[in-house]
Amino acid sequence: MDVSFWQKDLETIERQPLKKLQLKLLRETVDFALKTPFYKSRLHKVAITSSDDIKSLEDLKKIPFTTKDDLREGYPYGHLAVDLGDVVRIHTSSGTTGIPTVIYHTKSDLDNWTDLVARSIVATGATKKDIFQNMMSYGLFTGGLGLHYGAERVGLTIIPAGPGNTKRQMQLMKDFRTTLIHITPSYLLHIGSKLEEFGFSLKDFVLKKAYCGAEPYSGNTRKKLEKSFGIDVYNSYGLSEMNGPGVSFECVNKCGMHTWEDAYIMEVIDPKTGKNLGEEKEGELVFTTLRRRATPILRYRTRDLAFIYKGTCRCKRTHRRISRITGRSDDMLIVNGVNVFPSQIEEVIMKIPEVGNNYQVYLEKEGALDKLTVKVEIYSKMFTGDLLQLDSLKEKIINELRAAIILTPAVELHEPGVLPVSEGKAKRVADNRQKI
Amino acid sequence: MKLTQISIFLENRKGRLYDVCSLLGKKKINIRALTIAETEEFGILRIVVDKPAEAVRALKDNGFMANLTDIVAVEVKDKPGGLAAILKILSDNNINLEYMYGFVEKAADQALLVFRFDSPDKAIEVLKKNKIKVIGKEDIKNL
Repeated sequence: MDVSFWQKDLETIERQPLKKLQLKLLRETVDFALKTPFYKSRLHKVAITSSDDIKSLEDLKKIPFTTKDDLREGYPYGHLAVDLGDVVRIHTSSGTTGIPTVIYHTKSDLDNWTDLVARSIVATGATKKDIFQNMMSYGLFTGGLGLHYGAERVGLTIIPAGPGNTKRQMQLMKDFRTTLIHITPSYLLHIGSKLEEFGFSLKDFVLKKAYCGAEPYSGNTRKKLEKSFGIDVYNSYGLSEMNGPGVSFECVNKCGMHTWEDAYIMEVIDPKTGKNLGEEKEGELVFTTLRRRATPILRYRTRDLAFIYKGTCRCKRTHRRISRITGRSDDMLIVNGVNVFPSQIEEVIMKIPEVGNNYQVYLEKEGALDKLTVKVEIYSKMFTGDLLQLDSLKEKIINELRAAIILTPAVELHEPGVLPVSEGKAKRVADNRQKI
Repeated sequence: MKLTQISIFLENRKGRLYDVCSLLGKKKINIRALTIAETEEFGILRIVVDKPAEAVRALKDNGFMANLTDIVAVEVKDKPGGLAAILKILSDNNINLEYMYGFVEKAADQALLVFRFDSPDKAIEVLKKNKIKVIGKEDIKNL
């Protein structure tokens, strides 16, 4: 199979020089991190006051982990390491409460990110001849813009379709002879199931490849998608705290996702003990940014579970590969590619006086897509007997949830005492989705 | 005079209306009028009963969400145009009607109607001035 590269020297760098490069970049990153109030205090506590205290990659282990809650505590400027004037873009992602995680980017940060995405695209064999329909959200969510700029750099023809409006997606795919799409796996399944209904058939398309990410899916679902569409499906991994897409990406060999180790130090830890698990053992992915100036993050606990493959890939890239994501080590839900924490939902509905004590977050599949329903009990003293009041209460809950979690959930109102009473958070969530 | 209507929140699940009616039956409470306002997932049952205070107590004790509302019940001639005549009076006097429903009735030549106004006292005054019979608390027990 033909193997192309975007930055061949970096992508095929030998392990020893790669480690040397990582150390150099880590030291730079630590110096930048020390400019932020958060890391200044955190690193001083472990006696790291300058990059001189980082003498080898082993010294990384002296640095405590950074969690999503740490990022939240620093909101909005606690993690900013450069002058705000040098920041050219802000992305945020869902936090465990109403306070999101914010990531700042300088021009060079975006430039580096774009190169990582460009590498990923070229690694799958895509070229400037490809017509790329990007069905991920544009905006604060990094999936859309991340792939967009990488594809533009490689020179692909981009159709910035964004998600949804399935019939129009099909029309665009047909009219512009789309060869490559970026999409959540459940939305691709959805498109497959709706072709006939919207008057299309696979013969209308010349699709060759799909990049699937933003939610977990199995190897079997990949095979199913590849077979039913007659395409290659490439697995993509990223998170906004680490820029977004382009952290780890599959090459033409589709045998695990190469993590760009000249941009991230990757670790897999036991989520309970924090102990490093090395390769081939499943645990929580932990990343350290190596090239980001505006928001350096050290040893970020992603809560995503995966393992690192041993050995090298036939494509000659020396960057190690991770498995597909098998789950989470926290209670975060991924709903049609959007990350939602049950605590975000709780925070919203418990502020509404008409809502009683009990609620339930209910997830199910509606066709190939996820459906999120928030069931709430009405606080009986707030019941006025007015139908319009209940309708507007429902509307209010939907609007406030939409503002907090980006998704638009269905809301059901219930009598007090009907929903299951739970002692802990876990039972508040009923996930009846079949894994894909 | 004003009467009391009970509004009860009903989830759209099997047997819920039966639960309300059987509870009231057991408590020997007689439903004089009822209507259901509904959406896809839930409804509000509105009833006028002979013993509203007892009914609400029983309902709340049994976990129902119930609330009391003032309504006005009037007697009209059970013939074409009977309701229209009343609505004209209300309209001419700028009385705003929120909703209304019909009443169970035994006397043959009269129909009874239940109205929910945003200003019930003003409505009663207007109706009485126009010689429309407004049903009182004692009347409801004897219907």
